[in-house]
Parts: sequence; C-alpha cells; structure tokens
Amino acid sequence: MTLQPERHVLVVFPHPDDEAFSSAGTIRLYRNMGVPVTYACLTLGEMGRNLGNPPFATRESLPEIRRKELIAACEAMGIEDLRMMGLRDKTVEFEDDEKMVKLVTDLIDEINPSLIITFYPGFAVHPDHEATGRAVVEAVRRIPKESRPRIYAVGFANNTMTKLGVPPIVHDVSSVRKDKEAALRAHNSQTAWMMQETQHRSEEETTKLDSWFNVESYYLYTFED
Amino acid sequence: MKEVNISELQGLLNSFANKDVFIHLETTNGSYASHYDEKFFNAGAFIRNAKIRYELGKVVGESPHRVGLKMEHGWVYAQGITHFTLDEQGRLLMAGLDYSGKLAVALEISETPFTY
Ligand SMILES: [Zn+2]
Repeated sequence: MTLQPERHVLVVFPHPDDEAFSSAGTIRLYRNMGVPVTYACLTLGEMGRNLGNPPFATRESLPEIRRKELIAACEAMGIEDLRMMGLRDKTVEFEDDEKMVKLVTDLIDEINPSLIITFYPGFAVHPDHEATGRAVVEAVRRIPKESRPRIYAVGFANNTMTKLGVPPIVHDVSSVRKDKEAALRAHNSQTAWMMQETQHRSEEETTKLDSWFNVESYYLYTFED
Repeated sequence: MKEVNISELQGLLNSFANKDVFIHLETTNGSYASHYDEKFFNAGAFIRNAKIRYELGKVVGESPHRVGLKMEHGWVYAQGITHFTLDEQGRLLMAGLDYSGKLAVALEISETPFTY
C-alpha cells in the first residue's frame, strides 16, 4: 500500500535499533516524500548483551558506541530531528508513569504530529517496549478525539496474530531496501550477526530476512471513545 | 576486555580492597528469552552504584570463573566471569560472555560512581 502524506511523523522507541528493524523503510519513504520525521529514542541501549565476539565494547563503553551508531542510522533513514531522551535501558517501566506520559505529551505539543509510530502495548515483548507504547497511547488518549494523531503500532509477541489478526497497514519498502540495510548495518554492535554475508544462511533464514527487509507492518491503534 | 588471567585479575581485586567503592552487578538472560522459548523462566538482577567496602576479593576456578567479595557484614559474588579489563578511568570491569558472545553477567568496581 502507498503511504499517505503526513504533516509530521513522530517515532517513539526505547532502543537504538528498534526503529531500524521495524520502520527504517517506512521512515525513508516518508523522508523521500518530504515528510518531517522526529525520532525520540528513550535510551541508548546501555544494557545490550552484544559487546562483539570477541568483545570490542564493555558495559561502560557501549552507550557511546550505540549513540554514534544511532546517529549513523538516522543519516541512513534521512532523520534530521533525533532526540535522545536520556533514560536508561531496562528501567523505562520503573519510571513514574505520569512522567512518561508527560514526556510524550510534551513532544506531541511541540511537534504536532499527524502520525506516531511506536510499539503496541501488550504485544511488544520487551518491558521497555511495553512501557513506551503505554506512555504514547495514554498521552494520545488524553487528547480530544478530533485532534488525536493516528498511531501505527508495532506488535511482534508470539500471540499477536491470534489476538489482533493480520496487520492492516503493510508497507512495501523494497524500493528503499538498501537504505534499510544501511540503517541496520549502522547499528553494527547489535546487528553484525545478522548482516554478515548471506552465503551461510539457510533458505528459511533468507526468507525471514527478506521479509524484514522488504515489508513493514503496523496495527492502527484505536480508542473506544 | 580480555580473557581472565587469574593472577592479573587477583592483583586488581586486591587493589580495590579496603576502600569505599561503587559496584555494578548484573545478571541477565536477555529480555527476549521467554519470547524465543515460552517455557523459559526469565530471571535476572541488577544493581548499579551501590557503595560497598570489601576486605577480601577473590577470583576462583577455571573459566568461567567465580569472583567473590567479602564485606564486614556480608558478601557480593558473581558466577560465570570470562573477561575483564581495567578501563581508561581505572575501573575494574568484569563480564561473563556466554558461548555466543552475549553478556550474561557483569561485575564492575570503581572508586567513583558509574554514569547514570
Ligand atoms: Zn528494543
């Protein structure tokens, strides 16, 4: 399906690389259409378990490495407005709930997005993903119905298809596959294992990676009232 | 980080003994463990910038090693330590990397607090 023009797209994810896996192609397509995209990345993935094999990073040097990777990934996606929100990886759900809602509300008030891309609460697997999606949904719920931005929500829990059905928003991003690969490659400390040359891959793995590179799917988050 | 050399690491542990130090201690299976295997019981613990003072620090065993710190009123220990380094800020960073290279445990000791 083709992307509709947007006033401004706000992307809210907790970890550097969440945006690349789920949305690099979509973001690149919006940027190619001239749509402004702001990315609020809540943490620097300080608790990432990949330090290189053999290790080239330490627990303490990883955040700076991932900060640089995030900036490089944003260049690949064409994001000119990157906000690093300064929270710590794996602690997002323990922050004060109202503080988290305010963080999102302040961004919405400033940017006035017509579309927000984030995680679908309940279907986002990682506790930081869940907390991020919850804060976004609550911030948007508090906006009067007629002026709410739409929410494209990413769900990938094992029960997502059973509970939510097939995602209704499917973007063919094959035309910008090279940019998506570049964004993923920019997150080298976390993605080197999957971006290695393809010759050792099984057919199943190749099919799975192909769908990652070519298709990005979202649920439209809807409110009762 | 390099693989644990017991005598070198023991010397570094000795150098922080009987001083007020900040520690970072972490065990993790990764937040996706129960996503990939729904039968997996995911548990872990994390403490950062707890201030302690230990009288005896010891690294023991074959790799993966155990490292224990004996305090006046208790203990700190980590199991599965494979790598270590003294970083440019003089902090002793120890980590246990699993067979695929992913961090499973970390124990770090510093005379100054770690960043946030
Ligand atoms: Zn993530």
